[in-house]
Amino acid sequence: MSEAREFKHIGQRTIRPDGFDKVTGKANYGADLSLPGMIWGAILRSPHAHANIKKLDVSRAQASPDVLAIATFEDFPSVNAAAQRNGSQRKDLMDTACNIFANQKVLYHGHAVAAIAARSQAAAIAALDLIDVEYEVLTPVLNINDAISADAPILHETMMTQGLAEPATEASNVSARMELKKGDIEAGFAAADVIVERAYDTPTVHQGYIEPHATTVVFNDNGPSMIWCPTQGHFDVRARVAQLMNLELGQIKVVASEIGGGFGGKTTVYLEPVALILSKKSGRPVKMEMSRGDVFRASGPASASQSRIKIGAKMDGTITAMQATLHYEAGAFQGSPMGPGCMTVFTPYDVENLYVEGFDVVVNKPKVAAYRAPGAPQSEFAAEMAVNELAKKIGMDPIEFRLKNAAKEGTQTIYGPKLKVVGLVACLEAAKSSPHYNAPIPENVGRGLAAGFWFNIGGQSSVIINLNPDGTGTIIEGSPDIGGSRASMQMMAAEILGVAPSSLNPIVADTEHVAYNQTTGGSRTTFATGMAVVEAAEDIVEQLKARAAAMWNVTAEQVDFTDGVAHNLSGEDQLTLAEICASAEKTGGQISGRANINARGAGPSFAVHICDIKVDKETGKTDVVRYTAIQDAGKAIHPSYVEGQFQGGAVQGIGWALNEEYVYSKDGIMENAGFLDYRIPLASDLPEIEAIIVEVPNSFHPFGVRGVGETGIIPPLAAVGTAVAEAIGQPISSLPCSPPKILKLLMAAH
Amino acid sequence: MRFESPTTTKAAATLLASESGVAHVLAGGTDLLVRMKMGSIEPDLVVDIKRIESLRTLKVAAAGVQIGAAVPAVRLGESDKLRSLWPGVVEAANLIGSDQIQGRCTVVGNLCNASPAADSVPALIAAGAKALVVGPKGKRRVAVEKVVLGPGRTSLARDEFIEAVVLPARTGKSADAYLRFTPRTEMDIAVVSAAINLTLSRGIVQSAKVVLGAVAPTAVIVPAAAKALIGTKLDDAALDKMVAACRAACNPIDDKRGTIAYRTKVAGVMARRAALIAYERAGGSK
Repeated sequence: MSEAREFKHIGQRTIRPDGFDKVTGKANYGADLSLPGMIWGAILRSPHAHANIKKLDVSRAQASPDVLAIATFEDFPSVNAAAQRNGSQRKDLMDTACNIFANQKVLYHGHAVAAIAARSQAAAIAALDLIDVEYEVLTPVLNINDAISADAPILHETMMTQGLAEPATEASNVSARMELKKGDIEAGFAAADVIVERAYDTPTVHQGYIEPHATTVVFNDNGPSMIWCPTQGHFDVRARVAQLMNLELGQIKVVASEIGGGFGGKTTVYLEPVALILSKKSGRPVKMEMSRGDVFRASGPASASQSRIKIGAKMDGTITAMQATLHYEAGAFQGSPMGPGCMTVFTPYDVENLYVEGFDVVVNKPKVAAYRAPGAPQSEFAAEMAVNELAKKIGMDPIEFRLKNAAKEGTQTIYGPKLKVVGLVACLEAAKSSPHYNAPIPENVGRGLAAGFWFNIGGQSSVIINLNPDGTGTIIEGSPDIGGSRASMQMMAAEILGVAPSSLNPIVADTEHVAYNQTTGGSRTTFATGMAVVEAAEDIVEQLKARAAAMWNVTAEQVDFTDGVAHNLSGEDQLTLAEICASAEKTGGQISGRANINARGAGPSFAVHICDIKVDKETGKTDVVRYTAIQDAGKAIHPSYVEGQFQGGAVQGIGWALNEEYVYSKDGIMENAGFLDYRIPLASDLPEIEAIIVEVPNSFHPFGVRGVGETGIIPPLAAVGTAVAEAIGQPISSLPCSPPKILKLLMAAH
Repeated sequence: MRFESPTTTKAAATLLASESGVAHVLAGGTDLLVRMKMGSIEPDLVVDIKRIESLRTLKVAAAGVQIGAAVPAVRLGESDKLRSLWPGVVEAANLIGSDQIQGRCTVVGNLCNASPAADSVPALIAAGAKALVVGPKGKRRVAVEKVVLGPGRTSLARDEFIEAVVLPARTGKSADAYLRFTPRTEMDIAVVSAAINLTLSRGIVQSAKVVLGAVAPTAVIVPAAAKALIGTKLDDAALDKMVAACRAACNPIDDKRGTIAYRTKVAGVMARRAALIAYERAGGSK
């Protein structure tokens, strides 16, 4: 896909099909389903960050007439059995179960201990007081340094560090170590004229999706039980609940509601299995909701990190060696995004000698979840800060320095494959010629620039397109729409079928009405599900040609189908798509297209961001005065939603860099579990984010699409960090750049 | 829980007096409803005072201003006359929450919520505002700085409520200003704040009041800071002296919103900037 193509619908800015319902309040989200006879569940959560449960007594609750059902860890049948049968292999499932309900030990403030169902939400919450829990409070482990210190309290007595040269002999809070290398790191540093070595840290942050987790569940003994919830992957909710409850997939149906933001945070289960247990025990539909405080304390934030970066270069700007040691907090259970963090850290650079070491560390905080390019913002922040410092030392412009070392087609990555055609150089060139980069830096303003890389994935998608007798139709997909993807599906199908996008209604079907779809994540939906939509539409085109051929009494090869019209190549006859549909009854029945694929060839997306920040030197307050996000989209199907992804990623990254952080007391109590004191940026805090779409097509997608959802959150951390450092004339090593921290740096400098 | 909406102050006072359980007064509800939702209070009685006609009145005159307890903050900003008489009080009220919050919240509610970080309270104290307190035994008038005793605590008896705050007559070349520090532009709570009220004569400060917020359990009046300004044209030496006095008066806490050192330092910065704004508004030029 190298030549420029003319498109009729792709690249237009159509009205999104879900927009009207959303702005008028008609759309149904997670908390919007209520059913006859429905009751409410509520969860008792740990007031301690780290404690043994000495006693969990539900007898008073059991005796209360208000209480219709109680659930605890003991209600997970398969996990108990599986753990006895084969502890190690079911570790992941066991961790999920122990995160949903504490098993003899609470591991973070807000960890669920038990649940109660009652006739109203207020009654369920009130009845939680009837559960008696006795805790033996333990010292909490609240950061990486504490967790890896020799005398640290151990969270999991059976956790041995995996990936060490010599097998571990003692329990540790480090669950795993990994190592990646390329070339000869020592020789690389020996060849360098200048070396920068720095340590950086980033805080625990939350995705900050506006919609809290919520679910309504109906247990059914004689057919599939129904789970309604906002999720990025209802098929994976089904699989997880089935494993936890020892059910077959066919015994559960999951309906994905509209979703008020996910960003990776809605890719696991918290309430759904609990509500199913309560529904089974009470025989009633059960609804559960998290409060905002619950979301902060007990859903999955993104890892805090500590990184040490060492980079060497020659005076001509050639980078000779890059080295990183990366620590990621996993929260209470193993499984931080250390892997992708290590794999992405230096990928924007074509450098011969690389060495990366990563550590996965458990702490008494909630188990982390994915957050937009999981692991990459933390590690690439550290790498990009050091790259900027090195460029400055050598006296090179940060764009020229990157262009000299930029990853491109054929670059050998540290994690395995060589890069195919990628758009980093194109993004750097676009940055160089952007109005922002060419504008002089105003007084008292610092400017920062940073690049970002994310892999993107493809994977399994299944799509059915049904046409109606009048030529309108329905696109049945199974990828929850978290960023306007339904509009893109309409446009791609319309492009192939030659009809108006609005004549095709895209719906995200439940787990019973379409075959398996992987979770919406990894920036995969417009790429992979889009590819399935194109194949399903092409399946329809073949059928339309065959139907027209039947009506004209010719072979299908003698029919051409262009722009929604079939042409008889051996005559003058024409039939529109609608006309063929109208006579489908006579030519063999109604028309459907189908594609079940496992999409390969996802193209990575690179980005370059430019940030101007003004600092109030008397208060340490930062103001982003100008911001530009440049990113390779391959091909922008719907440019507005591509720009929206760039802007949204930039804003979340700016929040991460400037003010967002989990604040804990020394006892491990989260002190800012709400949007008042967990400060995401507001619209009035930021300028319009200027978005520049670069299009270097991905040859594996019929229209050239690359995923765009995640890369945009990576560059802001270092673009902001560098801009602040430039504005105050002091190095930045720790996020967020909150006013007290910046003022302290300014005062220390005097 | 019982919900009542009386139409007279007397009826409201009687309801409060006769309730044996926990009673709360509802005006805009932007603090009360949040606290109820968070489960930090469970009232037996909520008395909505918005149906009392006199409490919805905003009277603005050079001889004095009366802001009824049910007047939402947005109405303060809509009064050109009030903005020119008391720009600092208006800007403080119009910093609370966001536009949506200001459509509901009231300055009397802000006062009675008794938060050390309340925006309108330092500005009201700097203005010399008085609260009109209603109880079963009648009415009394009390200086605003006497209302708040500490975080969440007021000097009001359990059967009393405030029907309005009044601002004194404006004379000569006078103006006030309020500044707060927050990391964000809105939907935030003051990390530290300063209100300054000045009267000038031929460009020289005749009288001054300096009040700091969020640096102690209650808003702090700093007489030494005011004294540093009186008799000056806000030259650097006077401002430095005022800043030092402000910092000396700070007794803040370390918390999630700021450290002791940060609040103490920035209190001086806010006071200096607010003083210059008030001075310029009062017609002073440097």
